[in-house]
Amino acid sequence: MEDERSFSDICGGRLALQRRYYSPSCREFCLSCPRLSLRSLTAVTCTVWLAAYGLFTLCENSMILSAAIFITLLGLLGYLHFVKIDQETLLIIDSLGIQMTSSYASGKESTTFIEMGKVKDVVINEAIYMKVIYYLCILLKDPMEPHGISQVVPVFQVSTEQLSKVFSPKKICYLSPFSAFLLLLMFSRNVNSSCQDYLRTPDSYF
Amino acid sequence: MVLKAFFPTCCASADSGLLVGRWVPEQSSAVVLAVVHFPFIPLQVKELLAQVHQAGRVGLAVLGTWCHRRQEAEESLGHFLEGLGTIFSHEPWLQLCREQGSKLWSCKATRRQVPPCPGAPYEDQVMLVFYDQRKVLLSQLHPPAALPDCLAGDAAPSAGGLAAVFDTVARSEALFRSDRFDDGPVRLSHWQSDGVEASILAELAKRASGPVCVLLACLLSLVSAASACRLFKLWPLSFVWSKLSVCEQLRHRLEQLTLVFSTQKAENPTQLMRKANVLVSVLLDVALGLALLSWLRGKDRIGPLAEALVPVADHVAEELQHLLQWLMGAPAGLKMNRALDQVLGRFFLYHLHLWISYIHLMSPFIERILWHVGLSACLGLTVALSILSDIIALLTFHIYCFYVYGARLYCLKICGLSSLWRLFRGKKWNVLRQRVDSCSYDLDQLFIGTLLFTILVFLLPTTALYYLVFTLLRLLVVAVQGLMHLLVDLINSLPLYSLGLRLCRPYRLAAGVKFRVLEHEAGRPLRLLMQINPLPYGRVVHTYRLPSCGCHPTHPWGSLCRKLFFGELIYPWRQRGDKQA
Repeated sequence: MEDERSFSDICGGRLALQRRYYSPSCREFCLSCPRLSLRSLTAVTCTVWLAAYGLFTLCENSMILSAAIFITLLGLLGYLHFVKIDQETLLIIDSLGIQMTSSYASGKESTTFIEMGKVKDVVINEAIYMKVIYYLCILLKDPMEPHGISQVVPVFQVSTEQLSKVFSPKKICYLSPFSAFLLLLMFSRNVNSSCQDYLRTPDSYF
Repeated sequence: MVLKAFFPTCCASADSGLLVGRWVPEQSSAVVLAVVHFPFIPLQVKELLAQVHQAGRVGLAVLGTWCHRRQEAEESLGHFLEGLGTIFSHEPWLQLCREQGSKLWSCKATRRQVPPCPGAPYEDQVMLVFYDQRKVLLSQLHPPAALPDCLAGDAAPSAGGLAAVFDTVARSEALFRSDRFDDGPVRLSHWQSDGVEASILAELAKRASGPVCVLLACLLSLVSAASACRLFKLWPLSFVWSKLSVCEQLRHRLEQLTLVFSTQKAENPTQLMRKANVLVSVLLDVALGLALLSWLRGKDRIGPLAEALVPVADHVAEELQHLLQWLMGAPAGLKMNRALDQVLGRFFLYHLHLWISYIHLMSPFIERILWHVGLSACLGLTVALSILSDIIALLTFHIYCFYVYGARLYCLKICGLSSLWRLFRGKKWNVLRQRVDSCSYDLDQLFIGTLLFTILVFLLPTTALYYLVFTLLRLLVVAVQGLMHLLVDLINSLPLYSLGLRLCRPYRLAAGVKFRVLEHEAGRPLRLLMQINPLPYGRVVHTYRLPSCGCHPTHPWGSLCRKLFFGELIYPWRQRGDKQA
């Protein structure tokens, strides 16, 4: 069962959240970030080349122009391969763990899998960064200390800034508690019947 | 909890039979290792499992049945398989079934006993996780799960989570020795059924490594015994050996080679990786050294190089002379004390003159020396670089001497100034109490003290300038030597074998696992594919980094500046002997 909702972020780019329901014990949330805009790419390229041309007129050395071309190409490749995230996926498998995948624009995928035994809790954190941002994060157990927390892992790392529109106070009671509740459901051992009903008809809450 | 069945991908096309593996009750997961085919005798199956248990200390059992339907109606097989549940009792009993050529699987896990919590179903929900058995067998998880060392046969090691799967497969090697094509009592299907992998070269290398290791270990022990001879411990030879970086590098390499060619087997995978890394590093070093040697000898470059060396040294000495003349005049417009200036300048000039004569005396022998140095590149590029660094140190020895003279003079002056400054204020340094105390001086003491203080203060700029100039020169030479040492360190400590393994066989170095959901149909069990997530390159280098020589500067910047200000001598390279002392 698939479900797709689209939002727009602060800059006007299109964000799409896709939810897939594979089975009662497996769900996937997929967030697509806005693509690389032609406008910003053109702006950066023009700036770099104008600066190189300015230097060329000063120094009369054509190596500067070739160097500028190389820098632009390498910079673009590096940006696409290491910085620009296209899609972030969260796969939750009951009693196995949580998997977070980030796919970059160049096709690279980086995956992290957190085993269920290591997860202590799932919380919604509030961050005040020029505006209030809500983000979901996973608390990991500390092997040394039974009641301590070793690490806080935020989910949807890159998209959280853009998700501030998604997790706006008006919509928070509809979206984020649902995702957190869903995750909390995965952890609980005793699932009573009312929760089962809730899981079967998630659309009633939209 | 959902029951997870880890199924090897190689068995997905195997014929019907029994599932053999390990049941982990804490995680409610069944790790299937192999499929036993018909016909079999239950007693022999149990014997085989007991053998594997003894060999690998892992408790295996018959977990259930596997049914691969080839024709339309094979109901009789289904009933027969169900009946097997009574012979091999296991809670829960898995029943996996697949239609031939289709992706539709069905799984059932039944419990015969009354379930512990009321309301829980007799049948558990099953989730299938496919894994590549060969890759999981060969891979190594980082960080390694800390398993308790169990010597007792019964207690099974308990690794947490998915590490248990890796651990189970790794310990069951005894199970993978016999195959369904062998003539043994039990016919199994596992990863070896796709074709036993072996390489002639690997086998030959394994057989040859034994005697070769013994031979090389004997040779290396002879060499180390010779180097530990009493003759080399006499002063001044021991002093010279400790100062030359080439000796340090050779000692380091000798230690590494002794480790690699030792006849003891590696105890754990980390040691094996370390040995492999050291071997590859040594081989690369020697290869680069031979390349350098062939380049030097190729166009007979040693002659012109030797001929160019003496004029370069002459040129450096000439530049130093110009510098001293400049200092003796009015450097940068500063006015120096003429008498002191002349004395210091003439002293240094004479020293320089002696040095140039020494270089000219050595010039006929330079070519021979360079030829032998070039030959030493056979031992490795690191040795050649160390020798080059030592040659630079020897050729710039006069700069080092000038630096020491300037620093000592400056240090004396600073000490005198601080002590006389205390006298000027009417205080003195109490050695007993290690603090500054007030003191009443006589009039003539005060008079002489103040006079000396004034003299020293007015002579300070001259000495300080000489000290500054020679310190800068010395720091330049130290920087050049430092670059070479950095390169040597890099070649010594980079784990090339691990990096190559990460590039070519990424599943061997695993940081974790990742899952992919396979085609899913409603009503069928969930199928996942478990793949190995390789370790990132940065972590590979960090984990398998080889220990380096130990000859790198360890001064924090603050203490360095303090030493420079007070004129204390800086020894940039702490040799290993000093560290242990």
